[in-house]
Amino acid sequence: MQKAKNLKEYREELHESLDNDFLRTTLDNFAVAYRAGRANAFKDIDVRALIREIADSKDDATARFDELYKQFKANAEASGAHVHFAKDADEANAIIAGIAKASDCKKIVKSKSMTAEETLLNHALEDEGLEVVETDLGEWIIQLRHEGPSHMVMPAIHLSRYQVGDLFSEVTGKKQDAEIEKLVKVARRELRQKYVEADMGITGANFAVAETGGIGLVTNEGNARLVTTLPRVHVALMGMDKIIPSLHDALRILKVLPRNATGQAITSYVTWITGANECATGTDGKKEIHYVIMDNGRSEMSKDPLFSQVNRCVRCGACANVCPVYRLVGGHKMGHIYIGAIGLILTYFFHGKDKARNLIQNCINCEACKDVCAGGIDLPRLIKEIHARIQDEEGHPLPSLLLSKVLKNRKLFHTLLRTAKWAQKPVESEGFIRHLPMILGKEHGFKALPAIAEKPFRDRWPDIRPNIANPKHRVALFSGCVQDFVYPEQMEAAVRVFEANDVSMEYPMEQSCCGLPVQMMGEMKASRDVAVQNLRAFETGDYDYVITLCASCAAHLKHNYPKLMKDSPSLTLKAQQFADKVIDYSSFVHDVLKVKAEDFKKTDIKATYHAPCHLCRGLDVHDAPRELIETGGMEYVECDEEEVCCGFGGTFSMKFPELSSELLRKKLDNVEATGAEVLLTDCPGCIMQLRGGLKTKGSSIQVRHVAEVLADNKK
Amino acid sequence: MSSKESLSQTFTEKAKLVSAFVTEIASEEEALSHVLDLCGKKEACQLLVSGCERDLSEKAENLCDAKQSKIIAAPGLKKDLYKKLEAKCKKSGFECIDSGLRDHLAGVDIGFTFADYGIAETGTLMIDCPSEDLRLATMVSEYHICILPKSKIRKDSYSIEKMMLTRMNKTPDYMAYVTGASRTADIERVLALGVHGPLELHILLLED
Ligand code: SF4
Ligand code: SF4
Repeated sequence: MQKAKNLKEYREELHESLDNDFLRTTLDNFAVAYRAGRANAFKDIDVRALIREIADSKDDATARFDELYKQFKANAEASGAHVHFAKDADEANAIIAGIAKASDCKKIVKSKSMTAEETLLNHALEDEGLEVVETDLGEWIIQLRHEGPSHMVMPAIHLSRYQVGDLFSEVTGKKQDAEIEKLVKVARRELRQKYVEADMGITGANFAVAETGGIGLVTNEGNARLVTTLPRVHVALMGMDKIIPSLHDALRILKVLPRNATGQAITSYVTWITGANECATGTDGKKEIHYVIMDNGRSEMSKDPLFSQVNRCVRCGACANVCPVYRLVGGHKMGHIYIGAIGLILTYFFHGKDKARNLIQNCINCEACKDVCAGGIDLPRLIKEIHARIQDEEGHPLPSLLLSKVLKNRKLFHTLLRTAKWAQKPVESEGFIRHLPMILGKEHGFKALPAIAEKPFRDRWPDIRPNIANPKHRVALFSGCVQDFVYPEQMEAAVRVFEANDVSMEYPMEQSCCGLPVQMMGEMKASRDVAVQNLRAFETGDYDYVITLCASCAAHLKHNYPKLMKDSPSLTLKAQQFADKVIDYSSFVHDVLKVKAEDFKKTDIKATYHAPCHLCRGLDVHDAPRELIETGGMEYVECDEEEVCCGFGGTFSMKFPELSSELLRKKLDNVEATGAEVLLTDCPGCIMQLRGGLKTKGSSIQVRHVAEVLADNKK
Repeated sequence: MSSKESLSQTFTEKAKLVSAFVTEIASEEEALSHVLDLCGKKEACQLLVSGCERDLSEKAENLCDAKQSKIIAAPGLKKDLYKKLEAKCKKSGFECIDSGLRDHLAGVDIGFTFADYGIAETGTLMIDCPSEDLRLATMVSEYHICILPKSKIRKDSYSIEKMMLTRMNKTPDYMAYVTGASRTADIERVLALGVHGPLELHILLLED
């Protein structure tokens, strides 16, 4: 639940989570176990193809909602069910309370439903004097504690067995041991009694199948089966997004949902209910069954060309499971009711701007969620879009306004960077400069900060530009701000290796920041403006490739530029052609130049690797840099959680330094455990973060760009 | 290996992964002895249903007291087979029922049923149970014992889609995929079996 009024209060809440050792350990263990479990569950399955199919079928269902709803309703009614449509949460709650009243129900048992959490249904029914008992173990626990869920699939993951033991002692009036097996048995007996007494059962639905007019429920405990069987009335509450055309669509989702949620091939139970079934206590021996289909912001999403993909979500919770921020702070802080990446988005649409304002900023853009999403939703992008929308509606904060102003004027931007070299502290006084991509403010004690280089790469280029007589490849270099102004030596290292491999190079001088930092701050307009500048800068040359040593720039240029130009027809094609040429350093050297081990001196240096988020997930590059380490004459030692974010995240590390430093701490612990002398990576942002952290720690491990060691070891 | 054999092998493997017990049987008669045997062995020294040994609230304890003997519920069995089961139960001193499951919500020891299909890919039983008694037998039993004829095992859920649709179209319909015992990991992510449904699932693979 979100209560913080501003970012400051929100950050204070985050601190509470960071100080909660039990939560931290639990979520750490979970993150690691989940990754292995999911991989194992999808071992023999082409998961990307399957996700693609799900995305297509859900998009189709979203587009055809009116028709499918009609079909569902007709079939459901023919089978004896009642169908209701609720435009928002209040209306849904009122409909359900009305059903209880009309059928004279007093006691209600519920199985887990995120939609009912969304509408705060329990409170509404209790206000009507009804008794509502959650029967899913986790939900029952949090209901007794008057809390919201902290995970969509494991709602009580934030609690220890001792807390549950105390709670159950209170509930039964007898002392309970904190042994999980025994606590589960206590719940079994206490809740069995509740089913017997109840006259209404409420569930959600995972599927509402138009061709049959029936629903499907995916559960493990077996409580939904009792909830739908014993009471004489059954109400299923679900969002519009649950309506799908056919049973086949449901079966397809079922192949991914449990595997993605918990690494199970399938849950213990999948229950398919079609119509008013036999029920001994019902009128005429039949169940009274109601389906309540709710909009509550969903149709608004469906109509939006960008956000309609949100309807693909099957609520598997995977986007939280892999999120490094969720792992640090838990669901109560990384969500309002819905949790994780999708939680940030749904909060805005279902619960409004006020609840979403702070939350939406708490994404480091590592793309881990996008990589596993069962619906193939581009979650990080949508998160940034919402951030931008809120800023557009409410006014932009000064720093991000100033940065976007500055970025629009490349010369001014570069002059500022040059002056920053002399003015190490204009930072505080001028307020905005510390929000520039590489000049950091206070609260960064956890890492030492780099200095601006004596001479940026753009000024060195005319002197070092090699002349290649018979070029094998023609390329353009895109430096990005950090390598241009902070680490020009990395660019020079790349130039040396390229020269040795007969690559002719251009460095278009009009290039500027790639624009990702402003996009991360929700400045979409500035992001587009900078992109146009860069497209113009590279438009004249005849290049085979555009090479960058910065994974974040590469992913941004490749994937976001075409999207940013979607609304300007004249630039759409250009952006796509440009994007097609963009390649990261390691892939170029490994896949295109195909360098050989005999070109490099053999050393006995042990090197480990940090995979930048935007390289491993953004560009799906995994083997190239690791093989280059070996080709380049070093021994590669694998590091634990190599593909987990280092915590840099550009402007994120300025907004949430406490989270950034925690991510960094974990990363460095893993790096140190490898015993490697050198840590290699493919992104200057990561290098800044990692070097800073190791220096503060007093470690002797060197952090270098892959390009630098290849240049050093070149024969 | 015939495709029937290889499907049944995959099924067995996958079902065991989710801690179901799988036994091959040659005849329905053999199934009956199995049921009697399991019922006899189950908590030989006590009649209590699972969880009733704990300190509970008064209401929950009252429900526990409702169960006084060992019960086998077998609704939906063919008449002659049920007759045989009934006779055997009588000899062993177990109560045998095929209806009125609502009078036994405290729990029954064994629910004995037939599956319509098996799904090899996940070790899943498909049980169509529009009859309320049949449904309850699979829910309130402590051990669920289910016969699955080998000829009814299919590769994956897509391969029984048509059969499911036929049943769903004869509304009303209540159908279940059952895979292993009832489970939860809601406390500290520690797996515990038997939260609301059966504590054990026994699958009897019938050669046919
Ligand atoms: S991009 Fe990374 S930080 Fe942002 S929500 Fe997704 S997983 Fe979490
Ligand atoms: S957004 Fe994707 S990963 Fe997250 S819950 Fe929905 S389907 Fe699962």
